[in-house]
Amino acid sequence: MAELVVYGIVLGSIIALGSVGLTLIWGITDLFNCAHGDQITVGAYIALPFVSLFSWIGFLQAKVGPFSFNWGLALAFIPAILLSIGLAVLIDRWVYKPLRQSGAHFITSFIASIGVAWGLRGLIYIIWGADFRFYTKGLRPMLFLPLEIKLRLDEIFIVVVAWAAVATVYLFLSKAKMGKALRALADNRGLARVAGINTERMIVWAWGIAAALIAIAGILYGIETQLRPEMGWIFLLPLFAAIILGGKGSITGALAGGLVLGIAQQVSTAWLLPTYKPAVAFIIMILVLLFRPKGIFGRRQM
Amino acid sequence: MGMEIGGILNFLVSFAIMASIYAIFSMGLNVHWGYTGLLNFGIAGFFAVGAYTSALVTSPMPTGVLTNYVKQAFGLNLPFLVGVVAAAMVSGLIAALIGLLTLRLSEGYLAISTIGIAESIRIFFNNESWLANGPQGLIGLPQPLHDLFPPGYYNYVYLVIVLAFLAVIYVALERGIRSPWGRVLRAVREDEVMASADGKNVFLFRLQALILGAMIMGIGGALYAHFSAAIQPSVFEPLFGTFIIWAMLTLGGTGNNKGAILGSFIVWALWSWSTFVILKIVPRGFETRAPFIRYVLIGLLLVIILLRRPKGIIGEERQVSRF
Repeated sequence: MAELVVYGIVLGSIIALGSVGLTLIWGITDLFNCAHGDQITVGAYIALPFVSLFSWIGFLQAKVGPFSFNWGLALAFIPAILLSIGLAVLIDRWVYKPLRQSGAHFITSFIASIGVAWGLRGLIYIIWGADFRFYTKGLRPMLFLPLEIKLRLDEIFIVVVAWAAVATVYLFLSKAKMGKALRALADNRGLARVAGINTERMIVWAWGIAAALIAIAGILYGIETQLRPEMGWIFLLPLFAAIILGGKGSITGALAGGLVLGIAQQVSTAWLLPTYKPAVAFIIMILVLLFRPKGIFGRRQM
Repeated sequence: MGMEIGGILNFLVSFAIMASIYAIFSMGLNVHWGYTGLLNFGIAGFFAVGAYTSALVTSPMPTGVLTNYVKQAFGLNLPFLVGVVAAAMVSGLIAALIGLLTLRLSEGYLAISTIGIAESIRIFFNNESWLANGPQGLIGLPQPLHDLFPPGYYNYVYLVIVLAFLAVIYVALERGIRSPWGRVLRAVREDEVMASADGKNVFLFRLQALILGAMIMGIGGALYAHFSAAIQPSVFEPLFGTFIIWAMLTLGGTGNNKGAILGSFIVWALWSWSTFVILKIVPRGFETRAPFIRYVLIGLLLVIILLRRPKGIIGEERQVSRF
């Protein structure tokens, strides 16, 4: 059981990474982004060519400390994040922005995001094929902890990087002027606009932050398991469950929700087949919607 | 040459059967989304329930060696029409349960919940092998009137059966939407508060619409099961079982049954015919990846319709009451 909780924290950290951006976009534009999961997949795959490219450079072939991957992968985070941001901003400009400006109902954007999800997954299948991909081959060093917990060293890296990224974003949102404006917008759009905050510019920032975290989440999940075209889609239900648990637009809520979802999904495998994990996420979501529709963790003043 | 024309005809007939089945799903979605404004993103769930119900009701229990390979909870060996009716009933019953739980949620939440419900249903059929043979699914499902015609011509017969269902559902819906009941549905969609101020029980009307649409989808599922004669959980994945139907209704014209049918034929033509074109133009070695170009095509199509022509090709008719 202790082991499942630890695995749950690993999974929950990745879900938390994805859910921050999702709740931010939801809070600011009302959009439930159905393509969020597939954007995670893109983030993971986009790092692949850079991993191969960097493996030509001698000193990048060395493994990072005790982990299973080399410096090439560590460096590949940077172009992957930049490309993920570029993609998200372009999608917003071509799809969601025209819809916003034509005054379309938020449901129209929701349906459009399904089209985006479909397109992205199709592109991944076309470019990389349906086979599983791996960043690195070879041994994955294990760690034996008390309480019979077996943990891969990589998983410590995953948790540390995930929470470092989240902490950075959190600091930005609570300290920087731009971050405060973003939160104001997520909190009360009308009031923020009256206060002279440029909504469209803020939305670009929100997509940027979301997409950076998306790319990190994708690569970390790729390190944890393997790359496959449907890898992000299975995150969609837990992601939605996490942000609903956390309450609309709430960053801390999304983080707590992500952890809860990760742990609940892993612990459920003690009784249920692992393939039931998405159903577990769904049942948590439906219970929250029925009994605490404003979320459990609510909104706290930062 | 004669062979070739025969092949093309066969292809066209099975194309028309699938497009008509999808048209039935699209009309079911039209009851939900087009008429009532219910965001059902879980069509695949009702699709699966309808298909599995009819399969279990009409097929016999496996006997002999088959018992080693096929597990199913029951096999009633009843006629095709009983299977279709059972599919509609069970699908409607499940919709009633889902509706009681979720219909009070706001629209966005309803959308996400229905995605979750459909996924849960698919995973359930995949995991619970005792029910309907798990991931392998059920094969050799009975086909109505199968023994009366030579096998090469059977699809023509099935096309007639599917078109008959399509016609009956179309006429029934067109009458329904022009009835006072249909007017209340649209009133609920346009202005919930006004409708309830007018003394209409909004929840009840939504529930009725959800059940009716789900029953139509259940019929579609049953028709699919007996056409392909084989079903397995992977058929009911969201892409194929839900989102393509959204693309169909959106393209044809939300709120319009003719649009639902038109959109289904266009999108299914794009989906099934593009394979040939794509396979002709892609370089060798890309054959396995090429079919996924269709994902991109349908995704782009959906986005472009929403941006350029949100009402679809036909758009909603002005309904004038005949009563």
